[in-house]
Formats: sequence, structure tokens, C-alpha cells
Amino acid sequence: MTGLQIVFLAVAAAILAAAVQVVTTRNLVHAALWLIATLFGMAILFVLLEAGFLAVVQVVVYIGAISILIIFAVMLTRRVMQDTGPQTNDLRWLALVIAAALGGAIVYTLFQTDRQGGFPLANAPVPADSLETLGLYLVDPNAYMLALVAIGVLLAVGMVGSIAIARDDREKE
Amino acid sequence: MIPLSWYLVLGAALFCVGVYGVLARRNAVAILMSVELMLNAVNINLVAFWHYLTPSAVSGMTFALIVFAVAAAEAAVGLALIISIYRRRQTVVAEDVSMMKF
Repeated sequence: MTGLQIVFLAVAAAILAAAVQVVTTRNLVHAALWLIATLFGMAILFVLLEAGFLAVVQVVVYIGAISILIIFAVMLTRRVMQDTGPQTNDLRWLALVIAAALGGAIVYTLFQTDRQGGFPLANAPVPADSLETLGLYLVDPNAYMLALVAIGVLLAVGMVGSIAIARDDREKE
Repeated sequence: MIPLSWYLVLGAALFCVGVYGVLARRNAVAILMSVELMLNAVNINLVAFWHYLTPSAVSGMTFALIVFAVAAAEAAVGLALIISIYRRRQTVVAEDVSMMKF
């Protein structure tokens, strides 16, 4: 077992433990903090996968923006469920069964694929200029420019929409 | 070298934790957090497949970036909806907001 494998196993165990805390903790602020731990572990995995740019984006966008947004929402809606009453609905055992069955199905499919020869691994190193290639492809009309424009439109519409939804109508009267 | 299947098993496990959270949690904000977990599990799969199968192409990273942007938009709109519902009905419990249910 190499050092990288030990790092991976440690990070994976931390991610899974934090993720289980996210879905089981009663206190929602704690759940949000566990979510940040999970996302940070994910950034480490991106570094292990030689996608340093995605690791940076993960920290900036997920931890810097989305988690803070979630914590804001938790604080704004705090009074109602203040850590009292059940945090899960009546179907939690059924939910557990469904999640376990889904996981079993995915892992079974994975082993079936391995038995039939596995994935066609490239066994090639990641090019050193892959980030530059990504940038060029994102503005190339023959490659992913449409995806970039679609992302921009989606984010603009999402921003305008969330402002319109969350605005307090009573101010006008 | 880390085997590809380790990443895939981790992604599957994380996705299932997210599925459990979405199905079992009552608080709408907690459901959104679980959705973020599921999106992240998908991202691990995308980047792992890119790294092991087609490292010279950038399609896997592009897909991961799209998932990032969709997650950001989803969080913004979802939390705006939750805050709007909270302001009108003083609740964030998903099962109490059932006026669109038959």
C-alpha cells in the first residue's frame, strides 16, 4: 500500500463520517459545518486526481459561497425547529432501505463491469497544460462555448429569480 | 496508484448518504444540504473517470464545472424559495408545505 492510497483512505473515511453527520445531526448549524468538512475533503480528492483548478473552484464556490448561503438560510429560519421535535419523517427506515439498495445496486454493477474486463484505462499522465486546454475549449465555438454561455445564462436567471422570489412584498405597501 | 474503483465506491456511498438525507429529513434546508452531497458525489465520479480514462481530453472537467454552476444556481433559488415560504407560513418543514399535493 503506497502513501497516496493511505491518504485516500483517510480522506474517504473522513468524508463519509462527515457526510453521515450532515444527514443525522439535530442542530442544523452543526450540519452545515459538517457539510463544509465534507466539501473540503472533496477538494483534497480533486488534488489527488490532479485537478488542482477544480480543487480551487471547490473551495471558492462551494465552501466560500454555497455553504455561507446555507448557513444564512439556517440562521434566518432558526426559530421554528429549534432543535426540538423529530428531525426525520416517518419514512426514515424506508429511506434507509432505499439508499442501501441503491448503493448495493451501484456497487454490484461496478463489480460486474470489473468481471467483464473493467474500464478501458488510458494509463496516460494528465498533460501539464490541461488547464490551458480547458480554457481554450470553453471559448471554442466548436467545443464547449455553448456550455459556457448556458452556464452564464443559468446563473443570471437564477440570481434574478432568487431575488424576485425572496423579496419582501410588504415593503411596497 | 489509487484504483479507479475506490473513487467510484466512495462516490456511490456518498450519493446514497445524500439520498437518505433527501428522503428522511424534515427540514427543507437539510434536504438542500443533502442534495449538495449528491451533486458532489457525481463530481467525484466525473473527475475520476476523466483522470483515469481520458486525461488528454477536458470533457470531464467541463462537466464538473457545469455541475458546480448548477449547484450554485440550485442553492440560490432553493434557499430563496425556503425563505419565502418561511416568511409566509412560518415553517420550513417540507411535509407541511403540501398545498400543491393532490
